[in-house]
Amino acid sequence: MNNCEYQQIDPQALSTPIPTPTLPQPTVVVEKEKREKARKKWEVFPGKNRFYCDGRIIVAGQSGVLPLTIGLILVTTGLFFVFDCPFLVKHLTVFIPAIGGVLFVFVVISLLQTSFTDPGILPRATPDEAADIERQIDSSGSSSYRPPPRTKEVMINQQVVKLKYCFTCKMFRPPRTSHCSLCDNCVERFDHHCPWVGNCVGKRNYRFFYTFIVSLSFLTAFIFGCVATHLALRAQGGRGLMFALQESPASAVELVICFFSVWSILGLSGFHTYLVASNLTTNEDIKGSWSGKSGAEDTVNPYSYNTIITNCCSVLCGPMPPSLIDRRGFVPVEASSQTSATEMELPMLPVKKETNVCAQGTKDLLGSASRSPCPTTGKPQPVAAADPAVTFNPALISDPAAMPSLTCGGRHHSHTTSPPDEPRHHHHHHNRHHRTRSRRGRGSKRPALHISNPAYNASLSPPSSPGPRPSHTGARDPRRDSIVALH
Amino acid sequence: MNETTVQLNDKTARTHILQDLQHQAAIASKVYVQRDYNSGTICKFQTKFPSELESRVDKQQFEETMQTLNNLYAEAEKIGGKSYLEGCLACMTAYTIFLCMETHYEKVLKKIARFIKEQNEKIYAPLGLLLTDPIERGLRVVEITIFEDRSIGFGR
Repeated sequence: MNNCEYQQIDPQALSTPIPTPTLPQPTVVVEKEKREKARKKWEVFPGKNRFYCDGRIIVAGQSGVLPLTIGLILVTTGLFFVFDCPFLVKHLTVFIPAIGGVLFVFVVISLLQTSFTDPGILPRATPDEAADIERQIDSSGSSSYRPPPRTKEVMINQQVVKLKYCFTCKMFRPPRTSHCSLCDNCVERFDHHCPWVGNCVGKRNYRFFYTFIVSLSFLTAFIFGCVATHLALRAQGGRGLMFALQESPASAVELVICFFSVWSILGLSGFHTYLVASNLTTNEDIKGSWSGKSGAEDTVNPYSYNTIITNCCSVLCGPMPPSLIDRRGFVPVEASSQTSATEMELPMLPVKKETNVCAQGTKDLLGSASRSPCPTTGKPQPVAAADPAVTFNPALISDPAAMPSLTCGGRHHSHTTSPPDEPRHHHHHHNRHHRTRSRRGRGSKRPALHISNPAYNASLSPPSSPGPRPSHTGARDPRRDSIVALH
Repeated sequence: MNETTVQLNDKTARTHILQDLQHQAAIASKVYVQRDYNSGTICKFQTKFPSELESRVDKQQFEETMQTLNNLYAEAEKIGGKSYLEGCLACMTAYTIFLCMETHYEKVLKKIARFIKEQNEKIYAPLGLLLTDPIERGLRVVEITIFEDRSIGFGR
């Protein structure tokens, strides 16, 4: 019973400052949750992205050096317009600032679109889907505790392509999809994660990215040329370069910035033009998937249309696919409140019936063994990766700091805003240890389980009596599954 | 006049069946139709008839539904004159046109949603099945929910 009381207290600590470890309390919380406004899907998004303006704008978890990129562009172009343009307009033509202006607008707009657009994130599999896939794998493959990496082979254009199973997103990745560890999402047609832009570059925003680097290379080259002309004109008549620089010191700054940028940006544009023309992604090019580097002969890119024009058109001018994550949709309330009500009333019975009871391997977790004997009413549902109904749990709602803000302020979706008290802190450490062990070098740097309910962390209490690992608990296997994957 | 009344009643009845299924019947199981990647990365679902549905729905009917669905998705992703025009125009306006205009893909997605709703009402709900629009599952699967036949009275 010690465990039960402990589990009960923690969610209460989140909702009210006075811990009341009595049973009716969580029911009140659940009813309150039913009456409250439904949450939007971006608020329960399991990846590491951040959302602004009520889900309209999406950025990666780490903004990288995006402020630096914006700053450099603004500063250089600003200096150009203020210090170089007047001279050049007087001596040359008025078209110079006009062209500069157009290029600048293109650069800024495409940069913002690259940074703030969903790159093609694949939503994680719902628990039922994950269970279905597991069932198929288990029926066909081995049933050892730690199964080998799961792959599936498909034939695309007479080329064998291996599809890998993503343990985080609980699904077989479509071809050309890759899981970005920085954003913790599977991204379709994953190119790379660009720190300059602060976002992944994938199917949906590749054309914005390409426009950005091409227009930026034009802009840098243009400014460089104009500034050089400006200094040359000033230095005419035997007055010398030093005199020109003294008269217009800002030009020196611009010259330096542009000189160093133009090589890298032009190089990058050239590289991506090659990729576009051969319908490759940076990821595939680096790994050498289709160039035969990996040893297999006769590997050709099965996605290429074999003509440069068609490849370019399909990549850059193809139809714009929709965002699959539906950020601004509402999390369905009915199913979750029904389930939580059931949970409240019948704490000892398994909540959902349709799960795969023959869960094995990564689905077993010591913590869930300690949880199942004492399913308390205060225990919120663990956060399943993609099932919105499950993520809608009382403790998160009652956390005032996690209440959705409808303003355009930055709203981090992470719910660990309440400072972890000591026992939870202990679990954070405990969970992180679990995760690094089972992630197998996936390079997880993120803080412990910040998407999951902190109270759930608490419920994975260090078991005083661990109990046996159940392989047939039935109740919450798929959801536990997702939590286990996080470990 | 009588015919239209009958038709209207029929449609209302069908919608009621759908709503009843969603609110009252218990979910017996879910079947997932996965994506077919043999033609590349385009959105296409397997048309193979799942064995769990054998007792519920006609194989021909199901395959026809899936084929129509695949054709609709192919239409959405078709690379042709119209999509190039849309793409070039968007590029010219620095892609700001996407903020005000609905893309061709989105228009076809709405068409697909209507098609699935209609299929559910006409064919699948009376059989105790429910097709979920793949867009709600990230275009990964077509989820078919099989309901228990308590309200229809077929027995399991």
